[in-house]
Amino acid sequence: MNARARASSRLAPVRGWFGRHQSLSIIAGVALAGVVLPYLILLPPFSGFGTQLDWVDGFANAGVFVLLAIGLNVVVGLSGLLDLGYAAFFAIGAYTYALADSPFSGLHLPFWPMLLVGALVAGTFGLLLGAPTLRLRGDYLAIVTLGFGEIVPVVFLQSSKYTEGVNGIGGVYTPSLLNYTYPIGDPWPYYLTMAAILALVMIFVYRLQDSRLGRAWMAIREDELAAASMGINTVTTKLLAFAIGASTSGFAGVFLASKVTLVSTDSFHFDTSFTILAMVVLGGMGNIWGVAVGAFLVFELQTQGLKQLNSFLGPLNIPVLSSINFLNYQFLIYGLVLVLMMLSRPEGLFPSRRRRAELHEAGAEAAVPDVAAE
Amino acid sequence: MNLTLLAQQTVNALTLGAIYALIALGYTMVYGIIELINFAHGDIFMMGSFVAYYMLTTLGITGAISNPIVFALVLLATFLVSMLVMGTVGVIVERFAYRPLRHAPRLAPLITAIGVSFILQNIAQILFGSAPVGVPQLINIQSAVVVVGVSVKYTSIFILALTLALMGALQFFVTRTNLGRAMRSTAQDREAAQLMGVDINTTIALTFFIGSALAGAAGVVQGLYFGNTVFNVGFEAGLKAFTAAVIGGIGNTTGAALGGFVIGFIEVFATQAGYSNWSEAIVFGILILVLVFRPTGLLGQQTPERA
Repeated sequence: MNARARASSRLAPVRGWFGRHQSLSIIAGVALAGVVLPYLILLPPFSGFGTQLDWVDGFANAGVFVLLAIGLNVVVGLSGLLDLGYAAFFAIGAYTYALADSPFSGLHLPFWPMLLVGALVAGTFGLLLGAPTLRLRGDYLAIVTLGFGEIVPVVFLQSSKYTEGVNGIGGVYTPSLLNYTYPIGDPWPYYLTMAAILALVMIFVYRLQDSRLGRAWMAIREDELAAASMGINTVTTKLLAFAIGASTSGFAGVFLASKVTLVSTDSFHFDTSFTILAMVVLGGMGNIWGVAVGAFLVFELQTQGLKQLNSFLGPLNIPVLSSINFLNYQFLIYGLVLVLMMLSRPEGLFPSRRRRAELHEAGAEAAVPDVAAE
Repeated sequence: MNLTLLAQQTVNALTLGAIYALIALGYTMVYGIIELINFAHGDIFMMGSFVAYYMLTTLGITGAISNPIVFALVLLATFLVSMLVMGTVGVIVERFAYRPLRHAPRLAPLITAIGVSFILQNIAQILFGSAPVGVPQLINIQSAVVVVGVSVKYTSIFILALTLALMGALQFFVTRTNLGRAMRSTAQDREAAQLMGVDINTTIALTFFIGSALAGAAGVVQGLYFGNTVFNVGFEAGLKAFTAAVIGGIGNTTGAALGGFVIGFIEVFATQAGYSNWSEAIVFGILILVLVFRPTGLLGQQTPERA
């Protein structure tokens, strides 16, 4: 612990700079990752798993999940509300864009304002769902959102008159910037757009976290009764967290719809909500960078890691391991991750210091030095 | 809708409601004692149906049994085995996933509960595959008595009788025995109960055992009534049963049973009216309405928020 304290005092000036120039450091961090990643995968072993275009396409999709995880982190990590129907808002955002920008509806509205409209529509649904339930005990929210997450795909599926039902809405228009229309099949413009969006959203969420509202969220998370008696309006504060989380999800939905150009209910079931939750828990609830990195790692592990594990173990002829298709075990692994993380390391892989202190309340000795260092 | 059809659907609703009621009891008992929404409970029910499936197919039974003695023995054994196995699974889950987090922030056990739910689903999927499997229907599903034009299946009669018997036994256990008293006192005030000499860990484990055993029984009933089961059947059934528990007033066993039948009626009559695809949406719509207008449920009492 002494070595750790020394290391942290040596890092203090650096940390101080990043603390003072938070927005700049986020832009720098995202830009660095954005430049390094497409070249890192040209190196073996990554180069063997796919072409650069495949990887960049995967990264753009990973960005959608990073965005989702950052949004869910506001709800689960910062405010301590369990939202199990997060994919529903994702679906609402995607369908909003599909209905505003596809041959099916005959409309072709510009993409960039639609990003905000999608977020707004999803946020409104968040308010409608949260308003009655957030007044109640915290756990009711979990079950109501779980129910909502089940209903939304059913509604989209059954109202085939407006959503083409099972087939989904196809031919969704891609975004255009000035006179440049994003070509289908070229991941680069989406990748760069995603990086820019991520930087903006992260700055926004970091600022929120350090605002009066952010402190109120954390106060509610740590002790709702105490927060209420300090004069925080718990219902509106929780409602805001819930709505902001929902609108981030809607935002991500619009982006996804414009990228894959086909919107059907397949991508918005409980599995998706559960995956995002696993990302947040694994990354470290409450720590925005941690959650972003966690989401990225989980996404890559899911799309690339398990596949590679199969093709790596397959030819080795180890009796049991070779015959296992690890892709089938994805959700078993997530389930185990959730349980084991909660039991052994509830603060996640990359914990936020405050969150760790709170989760280790019982063993307070371990957490005190960290708090003091803050 | 004519009267015969109404009566016919009432019988169906009561049968379906009995399954939800059995599952809802476990939700409400666990919530009553440790204030945890046990998301894994629906999957305990699902596992129970697979235990019945596995046992019957291993015994080489494919359909209805005509010999009454063999029939009674097999039926009894199926229920006992499924209830015992699922009760044990419930206790194990509580011991390893919930007990270590009893003093953690509320979010932590909720997250492990959802994790356990996925683990159980995947285990079932790995063991029995993703497609629905046919469970042997021990009671011939076609045989029925006709009462004033309404055909009442023997299966329905059996399921209702069994459910009422199990509920009666539970009610007796909770209100009349020492262990039941220990459960009620733990639910009211855990620390005070401990001071009075109640072994909290055993009592909570017992609650999980009973709740999960009832879900196991519901799993067997699922097989008898529908003749099939699938790895994700517990998800939807669990949600509906939870809604039932909330409608009845969470923490209240009579309320949970009542809520189960209410949900059964809603679902059957929604299907009758041609909205079978919407039955889930209707049930959750009702859940939200209940939470808005009467969050304590039909029979529940206001519980204060605990820190």
